Amino acid sequence: MTTLFRRLLLTVLLALAVAAPSRADEAALRTIIQKFATAKGFPATEAIVRELAATGDTSVERPLAALAEGNLYFRKPDGAVFIGAEAAQVVRLADPLTGAAAGEEPKAAFTKVRVNNGLRRTIRDLIGTLTLGSDDPAVRLAAAGTMFGAPDPAAISALDAAIAGETVSSVRAALEQARAAAVLQSDLPEADKLAAIDLIASRGDRLALSLLTGYEARAEGTLKDTASAAVTRMNSTLAMWAVAQNVWYGLSLGSVLLLAAIGLAITFGVMGVINMAHGEMVMLGAYTTFVVQNVIRTSFPGLFDWSLAIALPLAFLVAGAVGLAIERGIIRFLYGRALETLLATWGVSLILQQAVRSIFGPTNREVGNPSWMSGAFDVGELSITWNRLWILVFSLAVFFLLLFVMKRTAWGLQMRAVTANRRMAASMGIRTPWVDALTFALGSGIAGIAGVALSQIDNVSPNLGQGYIIDSFMVVVFGGVGNLWGTLVGAFSLGVVNKFLEPYAGAVLGKILVLVLIILFIQKRPRGLFALKGRAVEA
Amino acid sequence: MRGLSAIKNALSAGAIVAGMSLASPAMAQEETIKVGVLHSLSGTMAISETTLKDTMLFLIDEQNKKGGLLGKKLEAVVVDPASDWPLFAEKARELLAVNKVAAVFGCWTSVSRKSVLPVFEELNGLLFYPVQYEGEESQRNVFYTGAAPNQQAIPAVDYLMNDEGVERWVLAGTDYVYPQTTNKILQAYLESKGVAKEDIMINYTPFGHSDWQTIVTDIKNFGSGGKKTAVVSTINGDANVPFYKELGNQGIKAEDIPVVAFSVGEEELAGLDTAPLVGHLTAWNYFQSVDTPENAAFIDAWRAFIKNDKRVTNDPMEAHVIGFNMWVKAVEKAGTTDSDAVIDSIIGVAVPNLSGGFSAMMPNHHITKPVLIGEIQADGQMETVWQTSGLVVGDEWSDYLPDSKDLIADWRAPMSCGNFNVATGKCGGKGTTN
Repeated sequence: MTTLFRRLLLTVLLALAVAAPSRADEAALRTIIQKFATAKGFPATEAIVRELAATGDTSVERPLAALAEGNLYFRKPDGAVFIGAEAAQVVRLADPLTGAAAGEEPKAAFTKVRVNNGLRRTIRDLIGTLTLGSDDPAVRLAAAGTMFGAPDPAAISALDAAIAGETVSSVRAALEQARAAAVLQSDLPEADKLAAIDLIASRGDRLALSLLTGYEARAEGTLKDTASAAVTRMNSTLAMWAVAQNVWYGLSLGSVLLLAAIGLAITFGVMGVINMAHGEMVMLGAYTTFVVQNVIRTSFPGLFDWSLAIALPLAFLVAGAVGLAIERGIIRFLYGRALETLLATWGVSLILQQAVRSIFGPTNREVGNPSWMSGAFDVGELSITWNRLWILVFSLAVFFLLLFVMKRTAWGLQMRAVTANRRMAASMGIRTPWVDALTFALGSGIAGIAGVALSQIDNVSPNLGQGYIIDSFMVVVFGGVGNLWGTLVGAFSLGVVNKFLEPYAGAVLGKILVLVLIILFIQKRPRGLFALKGRAVEA
Repeated sequence: MRGLSAIKNALSAGAIVAGMSLASPAMAQEETIKVGVLHSLSGTMAISETTLKDTMLFLIDEQNKKGGLLGKKLEAVVVDPASDWPLFAEKARELLAVNKVAAVFGCWTSVSRKSVLPVFEELNGLLFYPVQYEGEESQRNVFYTGAAPNQQAIPAVDYLMNDEGVERWVLAGTDYVYPQTTNKILQAYLESKGVAKEDIMINYTPFGHSDWQTIVTDIKNFGSGGKKTAVVSTINGDANVPFYKELGNQGIKAEDIPVVAFSVGEEELAGLDTAPLVGHLTAWNYFQSVDTPENAAFIDAWRAFIKNDKRVTNDPMEAHVIGFNMWVKAVEKAGTTDSDAVIDSIIGVAVPNLSGGFSAMMPNHHITKPVLIGEIQADGQMETVWQTSGLVVGDEWSDYLPDSKDLIADWRAPMSCGNFNVATGKCGGKGTTN
């Protein structure tokens, strides 16, 4: 495809698109669409795509979009082309132009029309130009965005016409930016280009930066200087946003650490028990989510978006029950012997891992994300993914719930009393063995809840817990044993420090540095950030 | 007294003879040729390696149906080294010394292979290694049926450079020898093609890494430098799952920043929601979607054996098919399973591959393979978008690294050397285990 032909095609396209939505002869369109069945190779398919787009009819957007998504099929016997959706052994067919349902037929008779990345790019750009004159402002906005990303000087006149007739201000701004991008590629006088550079620079995002950096490499003289200055300005603004982004990542990593560690902070604080099976409680919570999702997938498919809400109490109960069993069965007899407890709980963690491996198999299990947990949204130049945001909110909710339990309930009062001075609490009539058992159950239950959240961002395998046990201990030791606020501050500060180190030192070295820093910190403050005070507090 | 001891002697002698005669038919019944299977069935690599164990069981079963080997049945000895690299060496020793297997089919990560090399050298065993790797090695006791960098990495980079016009490169890998060496080779190759140092970004993460936020943002930012950017991924194991999820969540589309992965195949994609991956690339020497009668027959037989219509096939499985058939042919040619005899007889053996051609065992213990670049489809299959017209011979000593460009391997007599330096004319250039 020569540049001249492309420009000609584009001009024709835009003129047609903007002037009036034309209705080319439907039969002619169908004849062109039929050619997809016999196209051999990607260049041939691309030629048909361009031919379709050249008609200027907006209805070709449907088959082209379907082709880009890989949903265009042709029937092998007669070569009829349809848009298809696969389901079990059949394909649900739809008319390529109108989208009207055309029945269901067995899969075996159909072949997909092959598409690759180059074709998808071409289709995306062509659809962008085609829909410039659409009635829907959202579609026009998207078209302007696409044209900004793939600027073409031949489009300038058509863009001018579009801008003149545009009523929605946001769409007009996008069209002007698209025009500015096209101007940079054109032969227009320098003054126009300087204005274009300023307009693109004011957009300020990564795509604009990319365009200007590419332009700067090819430009000369004042244009090059202006572009360089604009690029430097944009880089410094974006650098500030990058710091904010790192803080966000640090907070989200911190929220993960907080969730994993908070159960440990309680059991470690109240009972002084080093629970090496804590990671496995997290793993049990994740597997509970898997089981719940499996049941929902087979029996109640409509409830999938609620699967996490259903899994939460179940995970709490499952992990809590296992924790209670461990406490009553093993730890109770090893009270006061920290090393034996460590060894015993390590053994329990191995048993739990192998049990899960035997029941569910050693390979990873797929836990799906509900729809409200996928994707991301932008705050300025900050990109925030939904799953991380929900996990942050969730971890804070769990934290405050736990704080409430500790400070305002009778049970919490008993737990704090036992933490401060076990023997005095026993003398006051508190049944310390039961407080121990229920505390352990609570800590394990919280770990189970953490597992539900972590199943959304990590692989669910029998080794899941191993990845979090070390981090949990790090947070608890750093933040101060038995102190919830210490765990919060410890988790978030470790997360932020880790994320700031990562771009410079890499993921592996970053983790090592964080560990070294904690070791140095512990030399100075062995009790952690927020140590519990008081004469009678046991060390 | 003497008479009594004479009777005792006679009785014990008789007992021994009787025992031996009872034992011999029992021993004759048990005579099988043992084949070792050394793949992780748990841990971070289980996602990739479990299916290779099943493939070996399938191949042994098929061979037994054909009458076994040298008149004896084949017996699989399966061990689980659990993605624990030192345990690989222990299990390899167990297979060779205790179980006395005739050959071992196994390993995936290069670190696991490097761990077992001394064992195979010491006990003179045979290892058939089915996975694409970084080269820079040729051992007498190992047969590399997976791709060397010139049969996977270099053609993939060529495709991106020539067909997709990529000018900026992110080399992202897991932190161990395979990605590090491959990236060294790719960096040297890219620079030899005129790519500037600022246009190459290299990044390593530990096994099982799950927090990809920063790295994916770095990739996004690197990709907005005005030039077309691509990611060459040597990420191994289940760290791929959160990596691709994060790419999808942050809106990186394959049309804008394609990711070509060397360690992601149909098996890794089987347990994944592939919607965010559509359009990303993989480079292998075989895809399940290859349309040949041999492949169709293989897939049918495999699915019947594993009793699952949905099980996928992938490149390392084909490598095991080729390696196993080569071993069988070599043993039949040599008339014995003795390691030295097989090492001599296997060179030159050619067996059909599943994409309609033949694969031959070269003197450097590598094989000939076609190269296929494919795009991931929504159903987890690969659609071939480019392939070599013929077969590529595996070149383990990369021509792009100064330390290895003068080295060749030839295990035929009289050279019998894995790292012969053609410049100095001596065997023993760079170390074989580095």
